[in-house]
Amino acid sequence: MAQLTFVGKPIPKKDAPGKVAGEAAYIQDLKVPGMLYGRILYSAYPHAKIVRLDTTKAEKLPGVKAVLTGSTIPPFKFGVYKDNPPLKTGKVCSLRDEIAAVAAVSPEVAQDALGLIEVEYEELPALFDPIEAMKEGALLIHEEHKTNVLKMPWKLIVGDLDAAKKEAAHIVEDTFRTQWVTHCCLGASGCIASFDINNNLTMYSNTQIPYLAQKDFMEALGTFGLKNKKVRIIQSVIGGGFGSKLDTYAYEYLAILLALKTRKPVKILFSREEEFFATSPRQCTITKISHGCTKEGKLLFREMEMILDNGAYTSWGATTPSVMMLPISSLYKVPNVKYTAKCVYTNNTYSQAMRGYGNPQATFAIECSLDQLAEKAGIDPYEFRFMNANEPGETTPQNFKITSCGVKECMEAVKTRLGWTGKRMQKEGRGFGMAALVHVGGGARVYKSDGCGTIIKIDDYGKVDVFTGSSEIGQGSETIVAQIVAEVLGVPIDDINVINNDTDVCPWDVGVHASRTTFVAGNSALGAAQKLREQILDLAAATLNEDPSALDLKGSVIFSKNDKEKKIALGKILRSAHYAPGGKMLVAEYFYDPPNENFDKEFKGNLSVAYAYGAHGVEVEVDKETGQVKIIKYVAAHDVGKAINPMLLEGQIYGGGVMGLGYALSENMVYQNGKIMNPNFLDYKLLTAKDIPPIEAVIIETDEKNGPFGAKGIGEPGLVPTAPAIANAIYDAVGVRIKDLPITPEKVLKALKEKEKR
Amino acid sequence: MKREMMFKLNGEAVNVEVESAWTLLYLLREILELTGTKLGCGYGECGACTVIMDGQAVNACLVPVLEAEGKNVTTIEGLVQPDGQLHPLQRTFIDHGAVQCGFCTPGMIMSAKALLDENQSPTDEEIKESIAGNLCRCTGYVKIIEAVKAASGR
Ligand code: FES
Ligand code: FES
Repeated sequence: MAQLTFVGKPIPKKDAPGKVAGEAAYIQDLKVPGMLYGRILYSAYPHAKIVRLDTTKAEKLPGVKAVLTGSTIPPFKFGVYKDNPPLKTGKVCSLRDEIAAVAAVSPEVAQDALGLIEVEYEELPALFDPIEAMKEGALLIHEEHKTNVLKMPWKLIVGDLDAAKKEAAHIVEDTFRTQWVTHCCLGASGCIASFDINNNLTMYSNTQIPYLAQKDFMEALGTFGLKNKKVRIIQSVIGGGFGSKLDTYAYEYLAILLALKTRKPVKILFSREEEFFATSPRQCTITKISHGCTKEGKLLFREMEMILDNGAYTSWGATTPSVMMLPISSLYKVPNVKYTAKCVYTNNTYSQAMRGYGNPQATFAIECSLDQLAEKAGIDPYEFRFMNANEPGETTPQNFKITSCGVKECMEAVKTRLGWTGKRMQKEGRGFGMAALVHVGGGARVYKSDGCGTIIKIDDYGKVDVFTGSSEIGQGSETIVAQIVAEVLGVPIDDINVINNDTDVCPWDVGVHASRTTFVAGNSALGAAQKLREQILDLAAATLNEDPSALDLKGSVIFSKNDKEKKIALGKILRSAHYAPGGKMLVAEYFYDPPNENFDKEFKGNLSVAYAYGAHGVEVEVDKETGQVKIIKYVAAHDVGKAINPMLLEGQIYGGGVMGLGYALSENMVYQNGKIMNPNFLDYKLLTAKDIPPIEAVIIETDEKNGPFGAKGIGEPGLVPTAPAIANAIYDAVGVRIKDLPITPEKVLKALKEKEKR
Repeated sequence: MKREMMFKLNGEAVNVEVESAWTLLYLLREILELTGTKLGCGYGECGACTVIMDGQAVNACLVPVLEAEGKNVTTIEGLVQPDGQLHPLQRTFIDHGAVQCGFCTPGMIMSAKALLDENQSPTDEEIKESIAGNLCRCTGYVKIIEAVKAASGR
């Protein structure tokens, strides 16, 4: 590859100066003239009939401009399964059920008005445990649905499981559980809905899916009597996403309805407590898993049955089994697979995808169980993984076409850096553990299109505006896109301006999910930049009397590769084209939709055009008196294809890794009877700067042929294998296996005591 | 009850009518429209609202507004020189990749500044201690710590 100027370099984030200066405007910071403030009244019971709802007093409070209840708004349901009305009528199914909404001149007045709304409930028995909810004769959360099990039969069958079980020399079987955890974006959810005189809607929003949200809102407007109205989404700077903003939510529809009713812009902003209890977290799971291998350690089969707590309504959380299938069918060569997953309605909060999209839950079970199998077969868990791992060029049983695959290199890097060999099982209380991962790295066709558009225009002076569909949520997409365009157009990175937050001017994109932005938006930007480059070189070729193929473009100068004297400044060429008779200004456009496949009815198909791999390893020290787990060293190796920006890439690995450590060790939404008991940062334990262990990020480059400059995705993988790596290390250290997350000192102590008794 | 209050904000004397029930954060964000200081929780647990008051990093969401009377308050906006020049910490946060979504960033920088104003060569432990009250969900803190180190005399 030719010498690269911008790609592969640790270029500082383009949006960082505004953020460090305090200039960046988040949804918290936005006001529009005449704006009212909306607040939401939530249910007081997890499951109850609404017997009486009286808003008279609230309506009379000075400063209140509108009060809405379920019976005063058009009937309408939203969400992946269309099971969720923005305001509930008749009955409530969880403590986050919205039952009324108020718009007032200030947030304080709106809050006071909520206190004046009178509600009488008739409490109903409730279900908080998915296993109870699945039982025959269990009460129904949604009567019309006839069952509490969602009609989404996730099922993957490959090969002949029964035959494989007979053939296996070693078999292990166990059950693993994961907990509810939440995204904890530092910038909470919020929006401003505003109608113009023609009833076109502008939403100021921190969504991760501007174009799907636009579609959702257009459909909603249709049912609100505003068919064919235009919806414009303007994204504020976004204070973190991690999947929390992958869907549209009741608060957004309520802001729209309140704005419509009052003819004023309405802002709804979540408090931290609301962010904890009224957003959709990563669900808890129960996984029964069994694995078998030959005498030599060749993996023969994997069987998994999973139960997911869906909560009372349905968002993308219910579709996470699709991504769970990645490590289930791939990562290791496993010829026989059976996987089923059931998502079950309960009276808990409803679940959403969160960084990793189900992969962390599945990988926890798989990678812990594999260690158990390796032990049973008497093989070092590293060797066991290495011999079974995926390889480049493979087609996996789920029909994934593996192109680049650096999982073995990642495992080796972890082994070397931890000094694995000979150190395992040596010292009581010290242990080593490892876990690997696979994730989509080249888009993921979960929607009809997995595309992203880019438009590039260049002005008279060679300054470039890039309009991309991809959103910046902190991950760095703006900078990655700018680096790619700067590289192709040979202009300084500071001359690239990226516009990425307005559906009126930016082309379509499916959203920030599936670690797809570098790959998909990157390829899109690359395509548009190449088209623009061709136009520029064609213009210059005529002026310089050279063939375009003999020209190159660097430092905003076009020059002949054959004759150094033949050159012209970029701006000059652009101006001469602009001001020539019949003038021309250059614009290029490109829409990239990766050639990946939706799953077929059997959940098979090449979901992504590239797969990201990685391996994490950890050395721990376990205090047998207190159960405390101390991480001595943590190594996270990732196959990223090519690091477009190593600094931002490390940021994703560290950030993901630490989020994974929280998942493994401390984070837990404690629910009691459907109520979250720790909806604050004091009791919900995020790691702080003092808690982080030494982490080494290792970047493995495998040059993915389909990726922009060889790159694959990295947004999510960083947290996927953390929990099992730690659980495996604890087992190595003290011989107890913790099978439910988070791994608290209490659980370790309890397990140690039980082990002593045995 | 409304009353007049004087204090020094980012080097300038400010005279403003306040209500005693307000927090300093409310005054800064809602009345003076200095929105660089963030509201992440409102009860002292995230550090997004950190400002420096008389040399101390404080959570502005916990400071009753009248406590700032007569004090010297610096917010993130006050770190930028009149000519647009950034403070060394702002520069190192950019250059070391310490910013992702950026919501925690102003608070982090203010906590780090309070440390460096006191102690020009802090140890890693001292740096971690100084920002232990500032939560970041994006970065894993690694590059934030690097950035503070780079801005220090070490
Ligand atoms: S907003 Fe003040 S500490 Fe969180
Ligand atoms: S950069 Fe997002 S919270 Fe710190």
